[in-house]
Amino acid sequence: MIASVRPEPGATPSTRPAAVRQSYRDAVRESLRDALRADPRVFLMGEDVGRYGGSYAVSKGLIEEFGPERIRDTPLSESAFVGAGIGAALGGLRPIVEIMTVNFSLLALDQIMNNAASYCHMSGGQLAVPLVIRLATGAGRQLAAQHSHSLEGWYAHIPGLRIAVPATIDDARFMLAAALACSDPVLLFEHAALYNREGDLTPGLTAVDIDHAAVRRPGRDATVITYGGSLPKCLDAAASLAAEGIDVEVLDLRTLRPLDEAAIVASVRHTSRAVIVDEGWRSGSLAAEVTTRIVEQVFYDLDAPVARVCTAEVPIPYAKHLEDAALPSPARIVDAVRRVVGRDGDG
Amino acid sequence: MNAPGAGPTSREHGLTVLGQMLRIRAFEDRCYQLYGEQKIRGFLHLYNGEEAVAVGAMRALDAGDAIVATYREHGHALARGVPMDAVMAELYGKQSGCSRGRGGSMHLFDVAKRFYGGNAIVAAGLPVAVGLALAQKLRREPTITACFFGDGAVAEGEFHESLNLAALWRLPVLFLCENNRYAMGTALDRTEAETDIAAKARGYRIEAAAVDGMDVFAVEAAVGRAAAAIRGGAGPGLLELDTYRFRAHSMFDPQLYRDKAEVEAWQKKGPLITLTTRLKAEGLMTEDDYRRLDAAASAEVDAAVAFAENAPWEPVADLARFVYAEPAA
Repeated sequence: MIASVRPEPGATPSTRPAAVRQSYRDAVRESLRDALRADPRVFLMGEDVGRYGGSYAVSKGLIEEFGPERIRDTPLSESAFVGAGIGAALGGLRPIVEIMTVNFSLLALDQIMNNAASYCHMSGGQLAVPLVIRLATGAGRQLAAQHSHSLEGWYAHIPGLRIAVPATIDDARFMLAAALACSDPVLLFEHAALYNREGDLTPGLTAVDIDHAAVRRPGRDATVITYGGSLPKCLDAAASLAAEGIDVEVLDLRTLRPLDEAAIVASVRHTSRAVIVDEGWRSGSLAAEVTTRIVEQVFYDLDAPVARVCTAEVPIPYAKHLEDAALPSPARIVDAVRRVVGRDGDG
Repeated sequence: MNAPGAGPTSREHGLTVLGQMLRIRAFEDRCYQLYGEQKIRGFLHLYNGEEAVAVGAMRALDAGDAIVATYREHGHALARGVPMDAVMAELYGKQSGCSRGRGGSMHLFDVAKRFYGGNAIVAAGLPVAVGLALAQKLRREPTITACFFGDGAVAEGEFHESLNLAALWRLPVLFLCENNRYAMGTALDRTEAETDIAAKARGYRIEAAAVDGMDVFAVEAAVGRAAAAIRGGAGPGLLELDTYRFRAHSMFDPQLYRDKAEVEAWQKKGPLITLTTRLKAEGLMTEDDYRRLDAAASAEVDAAVAFAENAPWEPVADLARFVYAEPAA
């Protein structure tokens, strides 16, 4: 144990009661604070997580509370500090590494894939890598091609990693603890467009898992399967469709690896129709994987071909009208659902 | 270049290091043969010529120190005390191998010996070593991490990122660059504008020195000094260990990039020949001593081969085990 890095007990008491309504950003920050308080082995490192307060202000105030040893600013050396997170995990700590955005994670891909994802297996089970990597992901803010990637599906391709995608306030608040409790490397993808969203924390909730999908809106006419930053768009689309008398079930995958196939199968079996909404590019995407699982498992229950709403196959452009046209939108989701339920105006 | 007077402190010291080097040489020579017999498959990188580095360095490190090595790591594993049976069984791909047949030659692991592999991506072990050292520092452990890598690694960004981070955070890590002069087939001076590796480290404010990697006593002394300084809180260190690879890079290398004469010249100053000559000249070893050590090394390798031959295969039903950590039994 590293009792010596434990913060002074009660140094910065939080006397205000937990707000029921909070932003996604605050929920993630609270999850970090909880983790740092609960376990002296936990520390956070990454670019500008400390004095700057985090590129998305997620870790704002934590360096004052926990000090620079546990809120550790790093050089712009993604490969080195991700690898250092792996080594620190092997050495008995519980590091949380923040990679400012998924775009920069490509500079650390060697460490993530060749080391973190492989060590357990290629050591015959001797090594565990209890490392959590947090990454901001996604497009929608006119940041153009190099700051708008959605590579969750890519990472979900890799055995040995766990990919968790908090889309709700509850998950933003509690997925980190589940990830830290896990002995495997976990990548937590936080869609940058979610940070400012507010929502109600479920009263009494103290923990979530990172193994199961969740039905965010029950329905009977079609299942919309999504995750992360696309969830609010899907819920908006479902609300519009309800006004037309189309009752959509929205399934939030929550984890992309392992994929909760049972939940996908159960929902599609129930509705017989599926639309997959994925901010990744369509070819070779997570949406393609989900489609295949549906075809393999519930083909004869389908009443319509599976539809996908994905990002157009272009590097994300800067101009707003072009970016909007590239990304999944509630209107495109509505259109896709109308098609699979046969209400697309043509028939 | 070397510490003045680095040499055997006793007859026992001299015979012990020679015995360790002989068992690595015997192991590697048998691997070469077994590869021809197709008992060992995949990539195989042999350590002949570099034995003094692993043996000298491991002697100077503590049992609690963490070790990170490369894909040419049979010698490091053996010198660290990973049982030869388990290493040979791993090369056979057997369940009794030190990585249960999932790693092979390039991925030897033994957590009980704090031996963290076995990394086949050049320079990818350095960031991990920095992290192990970060854990040692934050946990206030009296241990250090030793990270082996080759001269090819210094061209990688991970080398530079890792040296900077280790120096910035004053981490207890000892970088051990085994400079065998070739990154596969490319000579160092054909890839590096600055070929003085210790000088590169000094650019990151890391204490660094070059050592004769063919002299086991020089290696042991230099690593011992560096490790003591690091343990004392001096921050990271780097040693450039000048050595030479006697065999090809791997089993698929016709060695078009170097002259036979160059190889022969280095073999004349090889670590085993020079050590044997020295121990005899200093009256610390008889011909009988040598024969006894050589026979012991051969016998150990024979036993390891027999063990590997008879070891069970991992059941195919267990193919997907260890992709994720299994709950402790």
